[in-house]
Amino acid sequence: MPKLKIYLEKEGKTKQIEAVTIEEILKKLSLNPTVYLVSVNDELVIGNYKPKPKDKIKIMPVISGG
Amino acid sequence: MPCKICKTTPVITLPNSNVSLCKSCFIRYFDKKVYKTIRQFKLIDKNDHIIVGVSGGKDSLTLLSILNKIAETKKDLKVQALLIDEGIKNYRDKTIKDAKEFCKKNKIKLHIYSYKKEFGYTLDEMIKKLKINSCAICGVLRRYLLNKKSRELGATKLAVGHNLDDEAQSILMNQLKNNIELSARLGPITGVAKFENFIRRIKPLYLLTERETATYAFLKKFNSIYIECPYSKNNFRNHIRDMINDLEEKYPGSKHGLVMSFLEVLPTLKEKYKQGKVKCCKTCKEPCAKEVCNACEILKKLRS
Repeated sequence: MPKLKIYLEKEGKTKQIEAVTIEEILKKLSLNPTVYLVSVNDELVIGNYKPKPKDKIKIMPVISGG
Repeated sequence: MPCKICKTTPVITLPNSNVSLCKSCFIRYFDKKVYKTIRQFKLIDKNDHIIVGVSGGKDSLTLLSILNKIAETKKDLKVQALLIDEGIKNYRDKTIKDAKEFCKKNKIKLHIYSYKKEFGYTLDEMIKKLKINSCAICGVLRRYLLNKKSRELGATKLAVGHNLDDEAQSILMNQLKNNIELSARLGPITGVAKFENFIRRIKPLYLLTERETATYAFLKKFNSIYIECPYSKNNFRNHIRDMINDLEEKYPGSKHGLVMSFLEVLPTLKEKYKQGKVKCCKTCKEPCAKEVCNACEILKKLRS
């Protein structure tokens, strides 16, 4: 299973996760997939996308404001 | 799963279905859904002057962008933006910057009014002085200024960026607080048409989820930073929002179900709680349901 470097925008932190798909990443981070967007190399991707170890992965909450 | 329409790489799987769409097909889908909402609920009339309430966040910039695009093709439609600066340190100052940049780039007239100038205090100062729920103060004063300033600017409609998630939360909050009369004032268009002091509110993003709006804003590169109001952390709406999102994850389509079933009963609610003659506040002459409006009550406490 590839080790992936993931940037969490809400926390402003980077984490390393072993996962194959975006769906698995969110599950391992206990994040509700209905309220997060995930980009790989600045392009939005869906749950079954398989990122590569050198990809720039970013998780962004859809909720902002008040 | 490729894009259902053009078979290229998808950027989103739509909520409430298994359909995935690529960037250009999703943008087309989103625009069409807004146009359909406008037509279905008759949100815009000929010669309307629409003031869009903006915060600089994803919902309001998405709405402003689409309404401005419509105005560019319809000579009889006028669209301008209105921003209320509540005075929340390290929050509103950042979103004002985004709103200013967006309006400058798209040549949209932006009007800015602040609590400090209009009421004498920033929201930060009000909370320190009154020690009451920040959202209760902010909601009342914000609505008050949006209506008053829209009217003064000559608006015939006030457009707000409320999406399907916002509406689902409001419906459930009113149910749980046993305040159904407040729910009668929800829906894609609100306000009393014949009362000229009250500018009717329209919600063209009514049938789109927060996730869809965030996707649209990301793809259009409207703003890139995550920012949340520092006062919203423990409010009632946040708890309701989390609860609905948990339900949506476990039972997809729950949010749509909530809003669609509400739309079925809304005409009955509106009939039951039909507003008679709208009163004017004794102090400020703005429209209200009581002798003195909530905004004047808050301001009286602040000044005492």
